[in-house]
Amino acid sequence: MAIGWYLVVSALIFCIGAAGVLTRRNPLVILLCLELMLNAANLALIAFSRMWGGEDGQVFALIVMVVAACEVVIGLGLIVAIYRRRLPIDVDELSELQG
Amino acid sequence: MSAVLFFIAAIGALGGAIAVVTLRNPFYSVLALVVHLVMLAALFLLLRAEFVAAAQVIVYAGAVMVLYVFVVAYVGEAEELAGGNTLRILGPLIAVALAIVLCIAMLGSGLAGIKSKGAHYVLGFGTPRQIGTLLLTKYLFPFELASILLLVAAVGAVMLARRRRGLEPDEEIRRRIGTPRPAYTGTMAEAAGERGGELAPAPRTGRQPVVSGAAPDEGGW
Amino acid sequence: MAPTTFAWPILLCPLVGTVVIALGYRRLPGRSAGWIGTLAIALAFGFSVATLVAMLHHSPSHRTFTSALWNYDVSAGVDAQVSILVDPVSVFMVLVVSGVSAMIHLYSVSYLTADRGYSRYFAYLNYFVFSMLLLVLAGNFVLLIVGWAFVGAASYLLISFWYRRTTATGAGLKAFVINAVGDVGLVLATFILFKHTGTVEFLKTFRRVPLVFPHDSTPLVVACLLLGVGAFAKSAQVPLHTWLPDAMEGPTPVSALIHAATMVTAGVYLIVRMHTLFEQAPTAADVTAIGGGLTVLIAASIALVVTDLKRVIAYSTMSQIGYMIMGASVGAYSAALFHLMTHAFFKALLFMAAGSVIGAMAGSQSLDRMGGFRKALPFTFVCFLVGGLALSGFPPFSGWLSKDDIIDFLNHRGGGFVILGVLGYVAAFMTGIYTFRMIFRVFFGAPCEEARELEQGHLAHADVPRNPMTGEEEDVDVGFPGPGHYIAEREIPMKVAMTALAVLALIGGALQIPAVDHAISTFLSPTFATSHLYRHEPSTGSAWLGLAIGALVAVAAIAVAYRVWIAVPGTATRLRERFAAVHTFLFNKWYFDELIDLLIVRPALWFGRMADSVLERVIVGEGITGGAVGLVRAGSAAVRRAQSGFLRYYAGLMVIGLFAVALYFLVSSS
Repeated sequence: MAIGWYLVVSALIFCIGAAGVLTRRNPLVILLCLELMLNAANLALIAFSRMWGGEDGQVFALIVMVVAACEVVIGLGLIVAIYRRRLPIDVDELSELQG
Repeated sequence: MSAVLFFIAAIGALGGAIAVVTLRNPFYSVLALVVHLVMLAALFLLLRAEFVAAAQVIVYAGAVMVLYVFVVAYVGEAEELAGGNTLRILGPLIAVALAIVLCIAMLGSGLAGIKSKGAHYVLGFGTPRQIGTLLLTKYLFPFELASILLLVAAVGAVMLARRRRGLEPDEEIRRRIGTPRPAYTGTMAEAAGERGGELAPAPRTGRQPVVSGAAPDEGGW
Repeated sequence: MAPTTFAWPILLCPLVGTVVIALGYRRLPGRSAGWIGTLAIALAFGFSVATLVAMLHHSPSHRTFTSALWNYDVSAGVDAQVSILVDPVSVFMVLVVSGVSAMIHLYSVSYLTADRGYSRYFAYLNYFVFSMLLLVLAGNFVLLIVGWAFVGAASYLLISFWYRRTTATGAGLKAFVINAVGDVGLVLATFILFKHTGTVEFLKTFRRVPLVFPHDSTPLVVACLLLGVGAFAKSAQVPLHTWLPDAMEGPTPVSALIHAATMVTAGVYLIVRMHTLFEQAPTAADVTAIGGGLTVLIAASIALVVTDLKRVIAYSTMSQIGYMIMGASVGAYSAALFHLMTHAFFKALLFMAAGSVIGAMAGSQSLDRMGGFRKALPFTFVCFLVGGLALSGFPPFSGWLSKDDIIDFLNHRGGGFVILGVLGYVAAFMTGIYTFRMIFRVFFGAPCEEARELEQGHLAHADVPRNPMTGEEEDVDVGFPGPGHYIAEREIPMKVAMTALAVLALIGGALQIPAVDHAISTFLSPTFATSHLYRHEPSTGSAWLGLAIGALVAVAAIAVAYRVWIAVPGTATRLRERFAAVHTFLFNKWYFDELIDLLIVRPALWFGRMADSVLERVIVGEGITGGAVGLVRAGSAAVRRAQSGFLRYYAGLMVIGLFAVALYFLVSSS
């Protein structure tokens, strides 16, 4: 299949992830949607790497995976900490950083 | 043959994505994401990225998602109530608009290689040997930085989730939440005078805050 | 040695004096501040004499010297240096100023002994003498303005010396504000002259003025009128005269120095110095002459009825300065300066004697309460008599010769100036009357209570110190007069100073007796070499005729005063009742204060209040700053609403932003 198809799939996955971030209220699910967006970026990178013929895109994708893992770790740590404080796991409730 | 595989993997990936976004139960969402990740690994293989596909399955689907499963099990299933704010409708609309724009941008960009199936295949493309060579020569610095980033994240996670003095009784937490806030630790809104230093007001859905055990007029938390 | 080498120390001595006294005021023991101040001025006088001697070594046509220390403002077009001009006029003035100031410093050493502000007084007094000498020695307009302003400041500081008296501080402010009006005139005149001549140096200006300005041209007339405004404000001529009677709130030596002998003569000095300009713009000179003439008459008339001892002498000063202004305006420069000198002698003497009387009266200054001090204060009486006779123009005292010198010149110039000459005689008549009204009321008649006490040898003391004008109670701490009262009979420094001045008032006229010697006019003539009016000396015959008339007028005045106040008691009261309306008019000082209040003070206050409530509070406070604040608040409130705290809104904004950027690039590249 032509590279363009892969790119379209990547764009669609990215937007589905974006829609998920905007609509869901559970921070866990929001993080999952964030993973979707990161994976979409990975797919685009790999596709371009195939297009150019160099593995640079793949290395980039590996690093993105590392970053995603770190971010998941911290995010989940935060959620655990919030849960321990008996606060609602709902991003609409956790809105003190405002004004 | 590869076209068929491509369509199966693509539809699987998209389906998994939609399932992540729409399923109510966060556990099911996690499982849907695992499926999505495996489908994506298939797409990577189609693009001849062997090592990345393997890493995706082992690391991403295998480790990160397991972590997720653990946390979802711990945090439990928070039932979400349907809320009627504008973003529930606007969100998908914006996402659709973005998708359209991105597709137009990519497909109409005039990039020569989009129509092709990729560059001429060189034996060893995407193998661990090639990736490894790159990681240790051209991309050594990002590689090392990534490892430091992992270290930082690990330390951060430990800091965030540690307990101070064993398990805290409910009364302790309620007292700590209910005590008045020291000076100058209020929100900016309070400083601007728009909210007096009371507890967070009832949210837009009208739900009471969970800390209803503490007296509401003892200051925030 | 060039005269300028001695001239700079003249300025340096009082400056060093004031700095030393001001910096060491806490540590100087006893009365040493006074002696330091007196020594500084005495040294300045010594240097003035040295300058005179050095100048006399040069031939008369080469007696103009300038010397510059450093560049003050030498830039595009402006050539202002710190330079002094030493010529006969300035040497004459520094001799008079430093000499009389030295005597007054000596007098003050005893007079203010018990005052808690003793050192401050001498610091101020030295600063004043420095400023006056700077004014007189200045060689360019810039330094003249500096000296002019300093003198005004010193006058303010000294008038409100007893700063806890509200009458004194009010008087100080009044003097300063009116002087500021004069300063404006002087500065504007400098601007006009600089614009046309391109220089601020005196000598260069005087050379260029006849070339640049045609005879009686409008810019020059305007400039000279503005100079006249400055002179009138400083010399307390009508209509800028209202500050001088109030300035009597200051200590008596201050009145003697500033408001009789030196500062108020600065206006006369200005006109004499600028004679080239005034001769080139006769219109302005005529205006100032008429102003001087009006003042002579108005001030003399007011002096006839006021009841405060110092204020009578103040109005007398105003009147005599009017003579000098008249003389300087019509070309009688040496006569005006001669009268300036003699007036300094006898007026300072009169004030000193008045101070002695006020000391005997324990601070009271009202003529109504005084009487019969002849036996109690014999020395003071003699000094007062000498001063009064000199003031009235009684032969052979100095005032007789100098005042008639001016009136002679006026008559000699002819035309409309004869009217001014006649005014001069009328005012001389009134001068004699009011002077001897003072003398007869204070020293003759039944002794008042304080006089009787003093005859027993006991100096009167008020139980409660009071403000002599309003009667308010005071205390004797710093800011009010001290508890001591001093009379000349008991204090040697006061006696020495008054004796010196009395002698000078008696024989000072000998310098310029018509047909006998012309010491002053000859000495001053090099400065007026280019003047076409200076040569118009009255003939000896008319001079002696004038002197004879003057003597007759003085004798007649004394006789009238004698009849009204001594010979037929009660005449004064009867006259007052018969001419009640005139008396009220004169007693209210021709209603000048009320007029100025109506025309100037009230509109200014109204404008100030309006500016505060409308301009300041509404427009600036609520409009400009409040508007800016409100705008920022509204703007930030609007922006703040984007910080809702909801994660999904932030994410939404980011996605929208991403969408917008992608769209932009898409559109712009297609």
